[in-house]
Amino acid sequence: MNKPLRRIAIFCGLLVVALLLRDNWIQYVTADSLNSRKENRRVEIERYAHQRGDIIVDGKAVTGSTVTKGSMYKYKRTWKDGPMWAPVTGYASQAFGATQLENLNDSILTGNDDRLFFDRTASMFTGEKKQGGNVVTTLNADAQKAAFKGLGDKKGAVAALDPKTGAILAMASTPSYDPSTFAGNSTGSDTKNYTKLKDDKNEPLLNRALRQTYPPGSAFKVVTASAALENGLYDSVDTPTRSPLPWRLPLSSKDLPNEGNLPCKNATLVEALRVSCNTVFGKIGADLGNDKMRAEAEKFGFNSEQFTPVRSNASVFSKGMDKAQTALSSIGQFNTAATPLQMAMVASAVANDGTLMKPYMVDRLTAPNLDTVAKTDPEKQSEPLTKEHAQMVQKMMEAVVTRGTGGKAQIPGVTVGGKTGTAQNGVNNSGNPYAWFISYAKTDQGSPVAVAVVVEDSNASRQDISGGGLAGPIAKDVMSAVINSKK
Amino acid sequence: MSVVTNTTTIGAIEAPSRRNTELMLLVFAVAISVFGYANVGLAINGSLPSGILGYGTGLTLLAAVGHIVVRKFAPYADPLLLPLATLLNGIGLAIIWRLDQSPLLQQADHYAPAAPNQLMYSAVGVALFVGVLLLLKDHRILQRYTYISMVVAMLLLVAPMFFPAKFGARIWINIAGFSIQPGEFAKIAIAVFFSGYLMVKRDALALASRRFMGLYLPRGRDLGPILVIWLMSILILVFETDLGTSLLFFGLFVVMLYVATERTSWIVFGLIMSAAGAVGVATFEPHVQQRVDAWLAPFSKATLAQSDQVAKSLMSFGAGGTMGTGLGQGHSDLIGFAANSDFILATVGEELGLAGTMAILVIYGLIVERGVRTALAARDPFGKLLAIGLSGAFAIQVFVVAGGVMGLIPLTGMTMPFMAQGGSSVIANWALIGILIRISDTARRPAPSPAPSPDAEMTQVVRP
Repeated sequence: MNKPLRRIAIFCGLLVVALLLRDNWIQYVTADSLNSRKENRRVEIERYAHQRGDIIVDGKAVTGSTVTKGSMYKYKRTWKDGPMWAPVTGYASQAFGATQLENLNDSILTGNDDRLFFDRTASMFTGEKKQGGNVVTTLNADAQKAAFKGLGDKKGAVAALDPKTGAILAMASTPSYDPSTFAGNSTGSDTKNYTKLKDDKNEPLLNRALRQTYPPGSAFKVVTASAALENGLYDSVDTPTRSPLPWRLPLSSKDLPNEGNLPCKNATLVEALRVSCNTVFGKIGADLGNDKMRAEAEKFGFNSEQFTPVRSNASVFSKGMDKAQTALSSIGQFNTAATPLQMAMVASAVANDGTLMKPYMVDRLTAPNLDTVAKTDPEKQSEPLTKEHAQMVQKMMEAVVTRGTGGKAQIPGVTVGGKTGTAQNGVNNSGNPYAWFISYAKTDQGSPVAVAVVVEDSNASRQDISGGGLAGPIAKDVMSAVINSKK
Repeated sequence: MSVVTNTTTIGAIEAPSRRNTELMLLVFAVAISVFGYANVGLAINGSLPSGILGYGTGLTLLAAVGHIVVRKFAPYADPLLLPLATLLNGIGLAIIWRLDQSPLLQQADHYAPAAPNQLMYSAVGVALFVGVLLLLKDHRILQRYTYISMVVAMLLLVAPMFFPAKFGARIWINIAGFSIQPGEFAKIAIAVFFSGYLMVKRDALALASRRFMGLYLPRGRDLGPILVIWLMSILILVFETDLGTSLLFFGLFVVMLYVATERTSWIVFGLIMSAAGAVGVATFEPHVQQRVDAWLAPFSKATLAQSDQVAKSLMSFGAGGTMGTGLGQGHSDLIGFAANSDFILATVGEELGLAGTMAILVIYGLIVERGVRTALAARDPFGKLLAIGLSGAFAIQVFVVAGGVMGLIPLTGMTMPFMAQGGSSVIANWALIGILIRISDTARRPAPSPAPSPDAEMTQVVRP
């Protein structure tokens, strides 16, 4: 019986060899792909196993970490002034993942980034605990406070930029949320809070400054004016525009109305922007045509997503519209839609003498020991206007603030340029109009801030909603905050 | 010249008993297990676990009792079997204790620490091991119980049908609060029955057959028991939805039949019949079908919705990588309630890594190898058959469980012998080792030396 016994022994040996081979296959060959599966909760556990790095504004952390007991996840994320900073930081929840800066810079914050290799190796020898690196933002705490306070319980958003660099100084969105309320993973409170926020019809989780596009209304006339100058339609902003009143939309039997009885007949560009003539700017759009208008809008950043590095939705200026549609789009109606960030970019390009800087909000990434591992350098995005034309548009925008619809944004001792917008909303204008205000401030050292404010909804009655009245004061506060913090 | 020249009175050269080797290895096995236990405590709480004295003493006592009984009652036994079993049992205890510390498992309903029970069951297992060595002076006594074993095996296998199914399989019986998996004990009983039956019938099966297409076809009356076993394993599969046990019994039977008859044709028959049975059952038994689907695509949506255990187990192995995370530092508890029983190997994979898992697999391989060696050394056909049957069953069980947990074959829901939490498994496998040790003792025992021959005296050459 020994021969079959030996064969059985070989068979048993083969069974063990098969197991050993399989073991090598899963633990050596496929280990990496198994470890990066989205079903693998170890990734989340590891993410919260160490103290997470911080997101820093003006030298102070707006985030923190606390130890949680009785959970697989050792550290829980906390935020200071959560609702105010949420549109900047995003959230990092043990149960619901991470968004925005918390997500995009996760590898730095967790300390797993390859760029932290030397730091990690060093702390291995010194025996320090593993710690995450920091994300230093470009935001200005005072400006953010002013923006958040200005929006108050209204629904809306603010985006403020430094025109010279493109650095984002404020980014507020209301209603907001406190990411601390669902940072953990308890099925009781955290899940309940998150579901409540998610199902809220006011969409508190939406970052309106980046991810919501609104019809920009009259605020878009700044772009239309730039297009007129850039394409040589008018040489000067002080000569009459040869535009009739009433002005009939091309290929249509309808007149384009102005908001009220405005002195728009043959008005100069300065006057037309000051009182916000639909007829003048509609005619400019129709005269230039869809292609030229769209080319100028795209130079300002329309029709493409912006990465700050948090992605911003693409603002829209449509292609292939006829003359009447182009005319309506040129006064910020019809298909035109813009994010608050986009409109802040428009104001900043004008303030920066025609050069549009790429918006960004991460100044640098640092290792736990505060060594810089990456720095964002200001970058030119495009040049929508020549310097000469930009200064013409500045003159127009400054007239809006000194003598026109934007009077509420005046700051003593500072030159302010702005443009209001009251955009129709809904079918047949049924919804409350959106109140816009875009502006920039200028001191002797150039322009430190450009800002866009949109108030989507408020308790004000319909007649009282206007860009200048609702959004203007918020823009003024944000600009003052930036100027005061520079002193 | 000092050459030994007494050629006539060759006394049996005494085989070394190797009891001291066994003792050394046992010390080693206990030390590794206690070290593992201490390691878990240090990793999780940063201090030596408070139970380390009790645990160490308990394991040492078990090993010592086992060793003393072997030294006294089976002095020529194989020296590796006891230390290997002790090592696996000890490591299993450390890992079960480690999983007891998991906050995730503690939050689950009906949580109770499993390690104290496991230590108790290990003691019962070693007691049974001692009982086998004390009562079974010679393994050939078991031959007398051939048919009684069959009846016992049948009863054990049929019993779970009268108890409610747990986790989709009917393989448990509940008596007085204890949950017993009779399949583990039936494994031994059926090996005894096969050995006795085949020893008697082997010539009939091997020789009285017609040749057909290169294969030896057995006579119908000899084929009968084979068909009965085939049907039985399929019935187990259908009624108890226990893929593992049916595979184990059928594999066991084919192996023993092949060894008894030395005819390859039996293997062919066995494979054909098991394939037919498996395909037949898989087509109309949804439980089996699910297991196969889960094996083919562990990460598919449908599988994850059904059960993500295999996926979680694979991710556990992946997380371990080559060197593992270290005891107490992995997250194999994500697998859930089965982490300390069916899926205990996944914890080994994650916390001890590829190196540790291969070591464990090799230890299992060594136990099988010592069993096969015992079969080779045994002098009687019954002992040979019983030894190969028991070690073959052990090998198949290890392959089926480890292969299932590692995604090599469909998951069947059996336990890793000695390591997995579960009373029946530990107790039955200690008994299995006891029988193997008894057979190896008989096999290696030196033949009694012949009585001194008075003639030798006469013919002695005396040099001047």
